[in-house]
Amino acid sequence: MRFASLNILQVIGQVVLGLLAEIGRLALFAKDALVIGLTPRFYGGQILQQLFIIGYTSLPVVALTAFFTGGALALQIYTGSSATTAATLVPSIVAIGITRELGPVLAGLMVSGRVGASIAAELGTMKVTEQTDALITLSTNPFKYLVGPRLIAAVLSLPVLVFIGDIIGVMGGYVIGTRALGFNGAAFLKTTADTLHSDDVTSGLIKAAVFGFIIALMGCYNGFNSKGGAQGVGRATTNAVVASAILILAANFALTSLLFGKH
Amino acid sequence: MAEPFIKLTDLRKSFGPKHVLNGINLSVEKGRSLVVIGGSGTGKSVMLKCILGILQPDRGAIEVGGQNAVDLKGTARDEYLHRFGMLFQGGALFDSLSVWENVAFGLIQGRGMARAKARELAMEKLGLVGLTADVGALYPAELSGGMQKRVGLARAIAADPEIIFFDEPTTGLDPIMADVINNLIVDSVHRLGATTISITHDMASARKIGDDIAMIYKGEIIWQGAAKMVDRSGSAYVDQFIHGKADGPIKMDVRKG
Repeated sequence: MRFASLNILQVIGQVVLGLLAEIGRLALFAKDALVIGLTPRFYGGQILQQLFIIGYTSLPVVALTAFFTGGALALQIYTGSSATTAATLVPSIVAIGITRELGPVLAGLMVSGRVGASIAAELGTMKVTEQTDALITLSTNPFKYLVGPRLIAAVLSLPVLVFIGDIIGVMGGYVIGTRALGFNGAAFLKTTADTLHSDDVTSGLIKAAVFGFIIALMGCYNGFNSKGGAQGVGRATTNAVVASAILILAANFALTSLLFGKH
Repeated sequence: MAEPFIKLTDLRKSFGPKHVLNGINLSVEKGRSLVVIGGSGTGKSVMLKCILGILQPDRGAIEVGGQNAVDLKGTARDEYLHRFGMLFQGGALFDSLSVWENVAFGLIQGRGMARAKARELAMEKLGLVGLTADVGALYPAELSGGMQKRVGLARAIAADPEIIFFDEPTTGLDPIMADVINNLIVDSVHRLGATTISITHDMASARKIGDDIAMIYKGEIIWQGAAKMVDRSGSAYVDQFIHGKADGPIKMDVRKG
């Protein structure tokens, strides 16, 4: 009985130590990413290429997600509100819900699945095929050439994607509101404009920039630490997506508390 | 004996509880070609990565041209790496770049050379390894294993380095292509007058490209001498390795069912 409890404690201890070691490794990687990756010299071509991959090619996914979420939100609020309040509640909640929460969080989750996975797979393959070692022998720092451009591109792209997603999300609510629920279009837009403040949008964009940093950091970290061939790259990809998703949701809570909490 | 150009003294490196380098002592004279032989997992690649600063040794000294090479930072590290070229085992060509961009990578990104000039030099180096100009526009995935090795060699010699490392240059190639690569290595090294360290399991390659041979076993250099002396080393370990015998002092870590 005593041995069994000691074993349990040993397992718990190992898990805690392993977790702390992982947090430490991630913190050191983040420090190098910021200190080395985000200081001159900058590789302009790489940054432009990553802006295209992370930003431009993610646009259809983010736009579709925002449109359908805006539409679904309009339907849900309509069914949950009385006939007298629906015309005011639907546009207001769609606008605030999309700009403050659903826009940045859903865009972050979609981009983490699409881009975070791709970064981890690409860098993981480069790691296991010694391409990152080859960069070093060619006097090129992998943090400057690979990590920096991805971080910069993700932090710049996500707010732009979310801003476009906000517009499309509200448009989704508008289309459902006017076509399916019978609201007056001009009244819908006026209520939306009256309800929405610049803080609602900027808070979402701040969140988006943080989520972009998380996605690129976790993709690069897991890619750089992948081991053991194809299986290792697969594991790195999964870890990058899962870790990004959890960190995005946690950071969203923290940022919401910070930006909208009781003062 | 001449002053060593590359000198490793008591080099040690462990990964957790696994001691990979257990006090490597090794020296290479300027302009000589040293081949390090040894079984898989004996620390050959780790030794090269320590010299290049890709891995940090736990203890020991690395001197290149009389200068300390451990823990270099910033410009000193860049200047140190400019002296090296390396051919990786699998080629390690960048998938997203064309062949000529791979060869010119160190010139453009590492040394800030203009693209047009770097392209011209890359084409010249591709010619030296027997590849035609049209190969320059292809991507690594479109090349055979032998062609990838040639491109890797062209990249290793692109900046005319004074030191070149070859990591298993003939692994995975048929014997004829392996000999072609060996000849290219010998030609390139003689043309540049470079100092080289190669690691290989392939004794035919070791005899062809090496002036000297050293054998690594369990993270230590157990024999070093002229390549022509390898058959009369007096070491049972070396004899077993060069003749590829299962029986001998080297016990392979193979679990029996």
